[in-house]
Amino acid sequence: MPAPLLVPAALGVAFLVLPLIGLLVRAPWSAIGPALARPEVGEALRLSVVSASLATVLSLLLGVPLAWVLARSRVRGRSVLRALVTVPLVLPPVVGGVALFLVLGRQGIVGSWLDDAFGITIPFTTTAVVIAETFVAMPFLVVSVEGALRAADARFEDVAATLGADRWATFRRVTLPMVAPGVVAGAVLCWARALGEFGATITFAGNFPGTTQTMPLAVYLALQRDPEAAIVLSLVLLAVSLATLLLLRDRWLGRAAA
Amino acid sequence: MSVSARIAVRRGTLALDVAVEVADGEVLAVLGPNGAGKSTLLRVLAGLLASDDGRVVVDGAVWDDAPAGTHLPPHRRSLGVVFQDALLFPHLSIAENVAFGLRSRGAGRAERRAAADAWLDRVGLSGSGDRRPAQLSGGQAQRAALARALVGEPALLLLDEPLSALDARTRLTVRAELRRHLAAFAGSTVLVTHDPVDAMALADRVVVVEDGRVVQAGTPADVSRRPRTDYVARLVGLSLLAGTADGGTVRLDAGGAVAVAEEARGPVFAAIRPESVALYATRPDGSTRNLWRERVVGATPHGATVRCELDGEVPLVADVTAASFAEMGLAPGAEVWAGVKASEVAVYAR
Repeated sequence: MPAPLLVPAALGVAFLVLPLIGLLVRAPWSAIGPALARPEVGEALRLSVVSASLATVLSLLLGVPLAWVLARSRVRGRSVLRALVTVPLVLPPVVGGVALFLVLGRQGIVGSWLDDAFGITIPFTTTAVVIAETFVAMPFLVVSVEGALRAADARFEDVAATLGADRWATFRRVTLPMVAPGVVAGAVLCWARALGEFGATITFAGNFPGTTQTMPLAVYLALQRDPEAAIVLSLVLLAVSLATLLLLRDRWLGRAAA
Repeated sequence: MSVSARIAVRRGTLALDVAVEVADGEVLAVLGPNGAGKSTLLRVLAGLLASDDGRVVVDGAVWDDAPAGTHLPPHRRSLGVVFQDALLFPHLSIAENVAFGLRSRGAGRAERRAAADAWLDRVGLSGSGDRRPAQLSGGQAQRAALARALVGEPALLLLDEPLSALDARTRLTVRAELRRHLAAFAGSTVLVTHDPVDAMALADRVVVVEDGRVVQAGTPADVSRRPRTDYVARLVGLSLLAGTADGGTVRLDAGGAVAVAEEARGPVFAAIRPESVALYATRPDGSTRNLWRERVVGATPHGATVRCELDGEVPLVADVTAASFAEMGLAPGAEVWAGVKASEVAVYAR
């Protein structure tokens, strides 16, 4: 193998892996048990998993139909739509949080109406966490599912139509099962992104233990007062992420590909 | 007439404008080169593509009426379609594939399974219901696709190059089976193919489509004996010569003349079969009335014979045995004499 490729590649691997090794080396292994037993850690972890899962469900409900529209329909201005949908991918999450606040905050366009009509206030609630995470993570799902839809052979949908299936039945019985591995992969990416969400969450939902303080926020705060706790919390997040990835690869992606 | 269609579609460089009629139980083959518009015709009949102009009526029901803005979507047409690649749904078992159309109609699980098993039995795939499409050979997959298309007893069966993805051996057996199933099928069938053997073996009638137009229609025997275009003539292996007859002689439009045994007058085609052309290294003595000096321009093995393309006074195709081909040294470029008996030339009005 040529050195001009090999050396940078090795450096790249080191760059990506060394920080994780550093985390493992510095881990106060004996302190892990007591740290995990602290109620605020359990609370942050539970909140993170629940809100990331809700954000993923919301993203699936909205994102899969959106991906279908982008990949299959002949709506005019589809490329503009696709660009708009993927803006959150490149937008700094803090900006997303500010934008959400401006729309859904008490003085916001939609927020003030929600407040007046129903007495609903979104910012600084667990709902706000889920919304912020969905905003940031859904594009990952949309992009992944749209790619799967484009790669899927649309002739199968023609066959289904000639066999009496309308477009909705075709989507349920043919399209969705055929792109299932792509949907699963997109959902995993989306969940992982939502789990790690920081910027939009802290801006739009704040940092209240028990209602809006997710793991990443807890890690950041802990690093300032108690670095050891921050390492423990980071390890937990790392373990959850890796476990999810491995589990889903073997359970769903592997079987779907076989 | 069960199916009566006139279809006009403009797509890119293709301008398709054809009319076809198919009776109940009849098989119509649409024969034509690639890009002639055959598949477009099929997609319009299936409702997958809207016709720019024209009308499709099946069993008295209007499926398409472009001027009136009527377009019945494909899922509401009584259809079965078999595509070139079987296109069995990869995520469903073979039985689920076959029963797919019944599920669209709301048939129950037991009923679907019974119908699928019965059809799998009919196409020689009994016991394969629980297998996956990836486990079937090409021929088996195409049989399953046929069962899937026929299970709902459609009014119209569309076959889009159903045999061309199969290897030569499998094609023979599947073609024979397809012929049997088509004979038992009560509805109308439209078979799109570029293979004249499929058309001859499976169809009751043939329409030849070139550049979006019907250039010839008739029974398979008629089309193969009396081709009207170079494309059809080449497909069925005849040399087609256009000319004007005056009694026993046809003056060819491209120059030269052919002596014929049948009396004819006016614009005609003269068709010569390759096996009727005899080749000689030197000018033969005898009574052969058509004798031309020719040059070999191409040679391809064709079974036990070699098919030689000849150019000269009259362009011809001749079949010679491999032995004679070698003995006469008939490489491309070789000069030969070609003789055809007048009684071997078919003449028919243009």
